[in-house]
Formats: sequence, C-alpha cells, structure tokens
Amino acid sequence: MMAININKKLHGSSGEMLLDIDLHIKEGDFVALAGESGSGKTTLLRILAGLEEAKGSIKVANESWQDAKICLKPQSRGIGFVFQDYALFPNMTIEENLLFVAKDKALASHLLEVTGLESLKDRMPNTLSGGQQQRVSLCRALMNRPKLLLMDEPLSALDPAMRTKLQHEILALHKEFGTTTIMVSHDPSEIYRLANRVVVLKQGKISKDGSAKEVLLQTSGSQKFTFEGELLDLLTSDVVTIAVVAIGQQLVEVVLTQSQSQSLVVGQRVRVSTKAFAPILTQE
Amino acid sequence: MLEALMHLEFEPFVLSFKLAGITTLILFALSLPLSWYLSQSKSKSKPFLEALTALPIVLPPSVLGFYILVVLSHNSPVGAFFDEYFGIKMVFNFTGLVVASCFYSLPFMVQPLQGGFESLNKNMLEASYIAGKSKLETIFRVALPNMKPALLTALIITFAHTVGEFGVVLMVGGSIEGETKVASVAIYEMVEIMDYTTAHLYSGIMVIISFLVLLGVYLFNHSQNKKIGKF
Repeated sequence: MMAININKKLHGSSGEMLLDIDLHIKEGDFVALAGESGSGKTTLLRILAGLEEAKGSIKVANESWQDAKICLKPQSRGIGFVFQDYALFPNMTIEENLLFVAKDKALASHLLEVTGLESLKDRMPNTLSGGQQQRVSLCRALMNRPKLLLMDEPLSALDPAMRTKLQHEILALHKEFGTTTIMVSHDPSEIYRLANRVVVLKQGKISKDGSAKEVLLQTSGSQKFTFEGELLDLLTSDVVTIAVVAIGQQLVEVVLTQSQSQSLVVGQRVRVSTKAFAPILTQE
Repeated sequence: MLEALMHLEFEPFVLSFKLAGITTLILFALSLPLSWYLSQSKSKSKPFLEALTALPIVLPPSVLGFYILVVLSHNSPVGAFFDEYFGIKMVFNFTGLVVASCFYSLPFMVQPLQGGFESLNKNMLEASYIAGKSKLETIFRVALPNMKPALLTALIITFAHTVGEFGVVLMVGGSIEGETKVASVAIYEMVEIMDYTTAHLYSGIMVIISFLVLLGVYLFNHSQNKKIGKF
C-alpha cells in the first residue's frame, strides 16, 4: 500500500499552478498517469523518486519516505526509474550499466535474456537502437529489485511496432518482479494493455481515476462507436458535404448534410460516432 | 648555436614544469568540488562566485602579484602565521610560486570542468542517484568518464597556462636561480642582458612544447568526439 499526499507550487507554461495529489495505490498495481502536457505528471513522478521537493507525505508499506520531519534521498528509496531518453551511462557496456546498480550477474543475465539483449551485453549504449536502449534502461531499473517502478513516457520515442513489443516485456517483468508500477503515458492503447488503473491529471489535480475501461472508453448512451479526432477539411459536392477527420493515424471521410456542416470549423476537435448494430472486424 | 644548445641550462624548464605539475594537481583537487557546485547550483550566490573565479583572467598579473605579495609577506598576519607555526616563508621561494600559480590558473581549471559537468545529461546523473550511488561516486564513475575532453582540457590548459605565466611569478618569486627562476623569467633575463642566442633557444623550446601539448589535446578531443558520436 502506498499513500501519497503531496502538494507543490509549479510555474508551468500556463502560469502558476498548484500540484495537489492525494492518491492511494495498492501493492502490485500498474497505474498509468495520463493528462495533457504541463499537468504535473512528470513532476509527480520525480517527487516520488525524491528528485524534487514537495510538501506533504509519502508512505510506502510501513516506511515513511517523506513527512514533516524527513525526506529520504533518491539513493535510499530503492526504486527503479525509466527515463524517456533512456539516460544510460555511455562509458559503460550494456552489462556494466546493469551491474552498476547491483553486482548481481545472475539477475543481469536473466534480465538481458528476457529482453533478448544477451548477445549485445558487451556493446556500448551508443551503438544500440532506441528500442534496444530503452530495454537496457528497463533492465537497469529492475536491477535493485525495486518495490516501486517509475516510468516517464518510456515508449514515446519509439515506433509503433517496437512499442507493442516492449509493452509485452514491461508487463511480463512487472508481473515477474511484483513491482508496483507507475507509468506516464499518452497512448490509450498502451494504457489499456498495461494498466489496471488510470489516473488522469488536469492542472495539477486528479480529474479522473478508475479502470482503463472506465476512463478511456468514451462510448456513452446508445452510441456504440465513438472516436475523437480533428476535423481536417470540409469538401462540398452538390448537396452533401464530406468531412475529412483525422483519428489517430487514420483519416476517415464522413458524409454530412449542408446544414450539419454549417457550424463546423476546420481544425476543431470532433467526435465521430455511429450506432453500429453489426460492426465487422476483419483481420489485417 | 649548436654549442650553445649543448651548454644550455635546463633548470628553468624543470622548474617551470615542476611548478605547473604541482599547481595542476592542487587545483584539480580544489576545483572539482567548486566546479561541481557551480554546475548544479541554482543559488543566488552563483554569479558572485563565478565572477570571483574568473577574476584572474581579466586582472593584470601585476595586480594579482601585488595582492599576493601583500597578503603573504611576513609582515602580514597570514604570512606571519605560516612563518611562526609552520616555519614556511611564502614569498620569494617556490612555495610562494605555487600559491600564486593556484590563484592565477584557477579559472582555467574551474571553467572547463564546470562546462563539462553542465553538458552532462541530468537524467543520467539522476539515474545514478536512484541506483543508490552517492554524489561522490557519481562524479567519479559517471560524470568524469563521460566528459573526458573537458577533463583533459582543464588539466592541460591549467598546466600550460602555469608554464606560460610570467608577471605573477616575477612579482612573487623574483628570479632566484634553481628556486624561482622559471623558463619565462629566464628568457626575460636573457633578453635584458642581450644574450639573444639563449633567449632564442629558450623561446623556441617553449613554442615547440606548447604547440605539441595543445596539438595533443585537440587530437584527443577530436577522437573522443568521434567515438561518442557527438558530432
């Protein structure tokens, strides 16, 4: 059980803002932290790691990491942290990067085996691809068998195929090590796949908190399909208007009557929904 | 010319390099914590400290030499203290030269080190803290090995700059044979007594050594940058 109750004044891009978080996390949970950029996700992660100061208290199991009197240094918290930019030590080989954390050769070779990096263990980090480097970073974070694993957008710099692969590895390692994991992520499919709880921050406060399904699935009422997207273009042809909407990486066309299209402005966020009675799922 | 070279007194060079070597070692030990503090600090006193550190670059060596003389002479409290308790005289001897050189060359050690520390990926240092490593261990095992060009620049430039000093040395040390008469002072004396042959030889040797040292630094930095793929 982890009890977080912290607050801190932040000077964000949109002026001053109060980060005010009261959060309880069960042991072994996989929590995704979502929210717009500048909402305080990374700061919260850094406060948990002891890299930034804040007022309030953090209690993990029966150990107090921070209260009115004490504030444990990052060195004494025994956590794992995966940075977005990997942050490997360029002067050490892959294996040395892992052994730097703990001199446990058996664990290092096990982690490298799970992530398929064993043949690369004597290479230097700069000779590896982004996906490989992030795997090393993940392995390194697990070397001290952390109770708490923190990940700051670990996969955002990688291509979609590599992401999916690493998501499976992250989930497998999370289960194997029984860590409590908190991951900052923007990708709904990633969150859905990995997290059993989603906490959404807005302007430094928790705005939504629930299971991935509750928070992320946006269908409501009798609508069966809803996609959010950006209106890219409105093409008028005869009596109808065709709206081009970007949903994720995909462009779709939606036919509108002219009266429907009158209130729309190119560039705005729109929702495409349909009452689909028999949706067809075809394999790629 | 060849005969003059055969009979050339090399003691001034030995003295110059001994002085530079000792100064570099002392300054490295002193500058490491200072430059680390400056690179990590967001304190309001930082610009003040930075300006103070950089002062020897802009001050005329005579000003620096004058103050060092005033503070270290046996008439001053500091000089009297060292003389009385340790039996060390601080001016017109080699010890005085070392003290003066440490002030004179301080920015040449601090600034490259500070720049090197500042250029490091902050997340990388934090990853080391999270791995349970202290600041000291992080500096020696993560920070310094990843800023070798800056480290080498700091060491070599400090060494070379100390070899090349003249004004401060002359004021604080004078020109005592085998004690404070370093190469630059020896050249000045040769010119004064119009012994141009020796002056030529001394100066030529200085130019060649200095060039080779700098060439070595630049070659090393070039190969390092290639190795870590920075450029």
